[in-house]
Amino acid sequence: MSPEAQRGLKRAGLILLIGGGFLAVALGIGWVQTQRSAQTAADTSPVPIGGPFTLMDENGQAVTDQTYRGKWLLVFFGFTHCPDVCPTALNDIALTLDQLGPLAASVQPLFVTVDPERDTPEIVKDYTDAFHPSIVGLTGTPEQIADTAKTYRVYFKKVPQGDTYTMDHSGITYVMAPDGKFAAHFSPRTPIDTMAAKLRGLISGKKS
Amino acid sequence: MKIVALLLALLCATSTVQAADLTVRDAWARATAGQSKIGSAYLTLKNTGATADRLVSATAPVAGAVELHTSIQDGDVMRMQKLDTIDLAPDATVEFKPSGLHIMLVDVAAPLKQGARFPLTLTFASGQNVTVEVAVMGPGASGPTVTHQH
Ligand SMILES: [Cu+2]
Repeated sequence: MSPEAQRGLKRAGLILLIGGGFLAVALGIGWVQTQRSAQTAADTSPVPIGGPFTLMDENGQAVTDQTYRGKWLLVFFGFTHCPDVCPTALNDIALTLDQLGPLAASVQPLFVTVDPERDTPEIVKDYTDAFHPSIVGLTGTPEQIADTAKTYRVYFKKVPQGDTYTMDHSGITYVMAPDGKFAAHFSPRTPIDTMAAKLRGLISGKKS
Repeated sequence: MKIVALLLALLCATSTVQAADLTVRDAWARATAGQSKIGSAYLTLKNTGATADRLVSATAPVAGAVELHTSIQDGDVMRMQKLDTIDLAPDATVEFKPSGLHIMLVDVAAPLKQGARFPLTLTFASGQNVTVEVAVMGPGASGPTVTHQH
């Protein structure tokens, strides 16, 4: 073997070694992220979030996840007998849309009620329109709502309060890509600027 | 719409009501959204006295019932809880604000419209009653004045 070839072999070995090291680190990071996402449903989550659903929109039309293909979805679960947390979330979505300007045309916010008992299509329509005309309210049968929540791995629970009840519910806003796949999520109280910047990046990245 | 809201906010400087040892300021509420008969009001309470007091109840002619509530963030889950009373230690300031302490207006007879005002009476364990005027802001407002986000 020529000295040239020996040197080449050594270099190849070194590259392999370094490459292997990088791979190990990358795998390590991947593992840590997987562990983390299992708890917080982060962007890197290996288990799919979202998927097929069948619901009724605010105009009483049956809709499925397919109805909204081609749009970036912002999916938030809430209920209209919620004067404190839900208006904040919907207002944040409205202000995010404002910040997106023309890009907002490719975004469809969906407000899925976890209280189908009280929230009829007409009620969710009037409620969501108070915050932004482009937010669509979705309701359905209790089974459809439960199935959709399960698909999105969203927690909700009816809690008696005096002679009425309130709903505990996840405060996460999900971002779904135009192909229906999970793209990102926002925890409760994520600043509007952060949401708008993330969406702008996602939308423009997809276009170019 | 936002400009109108801003002008309204400027016109209606929020008031401060002072009772013997209690100060209530910046009372505001969100406009009810759509057909919702549930509203939420917020304010800042200060006990300026040397003895502890407790907010025990509230009433408003615009609502069938008024309850003291708090919203709790538990991980990513939001919960709303009813409180029987709210403690006011000497010199303590208690702030009601979105996603936290709120005064829940139940069975609101007519929609609360942005720009409207209504009285709210707070009753304390000491026997004091304090009536404040509540300014109705937008349905998703985050405070008593309009902050422009752009
Ligand atoms: Cu409440």
